[in-house]
Amino acid sequence: MTDKQRIILKNRIAVTFAWIAAILFFFPIFWMVLTSFKTEGQAIAVPPQLFFEPTLENYLEIQERTNYTKFAINSLITSFGGTLLALMIAIPSAYAMAFNTGKWTKDILMWMLSTKMLPAVGVLMPIYFLAQKFNIYDTKFLLIVIYAMMNLPIVMLILFNYFREIPKEILEASRMDGTSTFNEIREVVMPLAWGGIASTALLSVILCWNEAFWSIVLTTTDASTLTAFVASFQAPEGLFWAKVSAVSTLACAPIVVFGWLAQKQLVQGLTFGAVK
Amino acid sequence: MKAIRNTALCLTLGALSATAATAGELTIATVNNGHMVEMQKFTPHFEEANPGITVNWVTLDEGTLRSRVTTDITTKGGQFDVMTIGMYEAPIWGERGWLEALEFSDAYDVDDILPAMRGGLSHDGNLYAAPFYGESSMIMYRKDLLDAAGMTMPDNPSWGHVQDAAAAMTDKDNGVYGICLRGKPGWGDNMAFLSTMANSFGAQWFNEDWTPALDSPAWNHAVNFYVDLLTNYGPPGSAGNSFNEILALINEGKCGMWIDATIAASFVSDPGQSKVADVIAFAQAPQAVTTRGANWLWAWSLAIPAGTKQADDAKTFIEWATSKEYIELVASENGWGSVPTGTRQSTYDNPNFQEAAVFAEAELKAILSAEPANSTQNPSPYVGVQFAAIPEFQAIGTAVGQQMTAALAGEISVEEALEAAQTAADREMSKAGYY
Amino acid sequence: MNPTLVRWLQAPSIILLLIWMIVPLAMTLYFSTQRFNLLYPERTGFIGLSNYKFFWTDPSFMPALLNTLVLVGSVLTITVVLGLAVSLLIDREFKGRGIARVMLISPFFIMPTVSALVWKNMLMDPNNGLFAAFSNALGFTPVQWLQDMPLFSIIVMISWQWTPFAILIFMTSLQSQDQEQMEAAELDGASFFSKFYNLTIPHLARPISIVILIQMIFHLATFAEIFVTTSGGPGVQSTNLTYLIYIQSQQAFDVGVASAGGVFAIILANIVAIFLIRAVGKTLTV
Repeated sequence: MTDKQRIILKNRIAVTFAWIAAILFFFPIFWMVLTSFKTEGQAIAVPPQLFFEPTLENYLEIQERTNYTKFAINSLITSFGGTLLALMIAIPSAYAMAFNTGKWTKDILMWMLSTKMLPAVGVLMPIYFLAQKFNIYDTKFLLIVIYAMMNLPIVMLILFNYFREIPKEILEASRMDGTSTFNEIREVVMPLAWGGIASTALLSVILCWNEAFWSIVLTTTDASTLTAFVASFQAPEGLFWAKVSAVSTLACAPIVVFGWLAQKQLVQGLTFGAVK
Repeated sequence: MKAIRNTALCLTLGALSATAATAGELTIATVNNGHMVEMQKFTPHFEEANPGITVNWVTLDEGTLRSRVTTDITTKGGQFDVMTIGMYEAPIWGERGWLEALEFSDAYDVDDILPAMRGGLSHDGNLYAAPFYGESSMIMYRKDLLDAAGMTMPDNPSWGHVQDAAAAMTDKDNGVYGICLRGKPGWGDNMAFLSTMANSFGAQWFNEDWTPALDSPAWNHAVNFYVDLLTNYGPPGSAGNSFNEILALINEGKCGMWIDATIAASFVSDPGQSKVADVIAFAQAPQAVTTRGANWLWAWSLAIPAGTKQADDAKTFIEWATSKEYIELVASENGWGSVPTGTRQSTYDNPNFQEAAVFAEAELKAILSAEPANSTQNPSPYVGVQFAAIPEFQAIGTAVGQQMTAALAGEISVEEALEAAQTAADREMSKAGYY
Repeated sequence: MNPTLVRWLQAPSIILLLIWMIVPLAMTLYFSTQRFNLLYPERTGFIGLSNYKFFWTDPSFMPALLNTLVLVGSVLTITVVLGLAVSLLIDREFKGRGIARVMLISPFFIMPTVSALVWKNMLMDPNNGLFAAFSNALGFTPVQWLQDMPLFSIIVMISWQWTPFAILIFMTSLQSQDQEQMEAAELDGASFFSKFYNLTIPHLARPISIVILIQMIFHLATFAEIFVTTSGGPGVQSTNLTYLIYIQSQQAFDVGVASAGGVFAIILANIVAIFLIRAVGKTLTV
């Protein structure tokens, strides 16, 4: 067997295993989506049914009961708002830290992470009181601020990682051309680290989207997100597997679409080997 | 200085904040159970009859709802005009003055509400919440399996008889288990059931001096019996089962018997979701030494937080939602089998309802026999059948529930579990300053 | 770069996080010394360290602490190892790569409560679940997952959800690995493992540390999965520190004790963090 054949064979095996992993990881979601097209009776059937006559009754029931669009729009605004705010604060900071790493950089990053160590359930009352005091309870503004602050340490850390991967030589070359710092970030760093920024943004959006603590405690009607939408179908008295599957499918559908669009960005940039 | 800074912040942030609920707009927090979901769908009827009032619904699962409304009412958050609360909260909050006392017009016919329900939702003679639907607990069993075994199930059978019946119905090779009972930890999960079982063995949560009584021989007998029963004749995974998990099992024909909320009767006798709908029969809850407290009492009820600016509109809504007319409205649209039950005598007197609901008689009998103020064989200082209506009970019930699940899973002995439970209860009670 | 400029660029994030940290922390510390139960608004006042003592002397405290550490440790190990393996597998061109990638990341899109519901009821249930159906079909007795191995089951659920996070980070970082170097090593006849140890691991050192540190924070505060599946039982087998705080905060409504519990959680998180920083933190600024 030649080297080339060997490499091709190895690749085939790797790809097979990659697909097996992908199918295993995806299976519970597939099963959830499948269940959303069952009746409640079919959902609990023993043994579980793979083939059945699909029904849309769960989706119709959901549409009759709640205003999905309102929850979805709130989720979109708060997740993307929080992420955008966090990125705007984090990109300059992470840039400064990555290219001027000092004695304290590591400690500052670690300290930032430590601001997330107080469990949400422990600071529930302080935040709740503050929200009431400032009369911003049940507003999207409040959720955006909380999401941005909640994710800022993580966004910082991940961006720092990706920025560090950019070879300094590239920056030094651009600096010799006399670029301003702002332009350097915009024209050199951002395009090079685009994949990293995209994956950071994706992570942050997902974390906001699935955040089920503050979004339920700090909203009533005006700012309720999809987590409240899911909570209104979760664990009622009576069978609910099929309905909750349909609700979850609806709740995560927008973000899967977003993930699909983003994944193409994830692998752009960060190919410095050639530039070097 | 501080005041100025705060004002400045308030001004800035206030501009961004949502405007407070406008007049005539009611925000109602409710639990996501079937009858409430129906109420939501009937809202247009209410809005048409009461021009100027619109309704916003906040529907949540039971656990989340309880956290939200409790936090809101204790901090005077004012987010809700009407709250859905249970029989546990109503007397406690009423005593604290957190709820508006409810007084209804003559047409509402408050005396039609079952006395047990009125009693459980009142404090000092004032009604603080109007029951929307209520329930007790009872035995639901597979008549076909019991007939095949040549046995019958009388009302209030002895636990020994229940055990014999469970043994006779168990057929593990075919995946049929004689009895299914709650095992998942939680004061509203396994402890709701176990409290009633313990009551029937002559046990109680607290002694007259408020010391926990979990170390009593009666608790020991009850829990030992429960663990043996489920270990021998129960389904696998009982430690994770609560209402919904068991409902799924019984609807698939895997349980011979189930002792749980009477509301379950409407699900298991519904051919649309249950494979055993036509062979289910009902009997009153089992007893060991007493029938007192052997079946629980609960009502999901509507209440108005004290200090809401829209108390009148809120009362109008509650009066509508818990009226006879509402029940008739549901009946005319969905049929008598779908009306909210457990609240009014007139519902049970209605021949259409009796015909549509096979469980009507058993449910009424169970509800009427429950007495929250007198639910233990020996005198006890608390109100409540499957709970003690004191603020500490939720935490105690959950901690105790975890220990009972450990005993059920065979991880520790019943004696160890009860000892740990007693310690947990004792810690909470002494922290709260009862003794 | 001009040091002043560096400071100005870093300032917003540092100042904002400082406020975000200090205000709730100060309030939590204050509440933790107060008699403060929402259900007894009339009982107030300073009570010293009683809240701490109450939390500390809870017989469930030590088991909960241990469960917290076991959970964090296991999930970290599983997600990093699995995440590395999978991201290496998909670090190549193949048809449908985009689809495979989204499938692999998708568990991270699911809300934790929903993921817990799906695993508990539709997969792990010993009667109605899919795993039980497989066991029965193969002639085995179904495993009572949540009754006999509750903590392990929860670890599985969380790992399923968080391995995609590791994959996402590693996958992106692998893009910047020097392919020429890899090919050169390949031509020199370097084995897979030697390439992995000498080239890939050093390249991924920083992303690995970051994945570990971020996940640590999230898993120390695991709540939804426990709440939905086992309620901390049987016994305290699946109770962690967060769950204990939850019982005090949302069932007893005792803000004082819950705040004291929160302080314990911060202390624990810091100890774990110091330990992890020693182990992996060095790579952060390399």
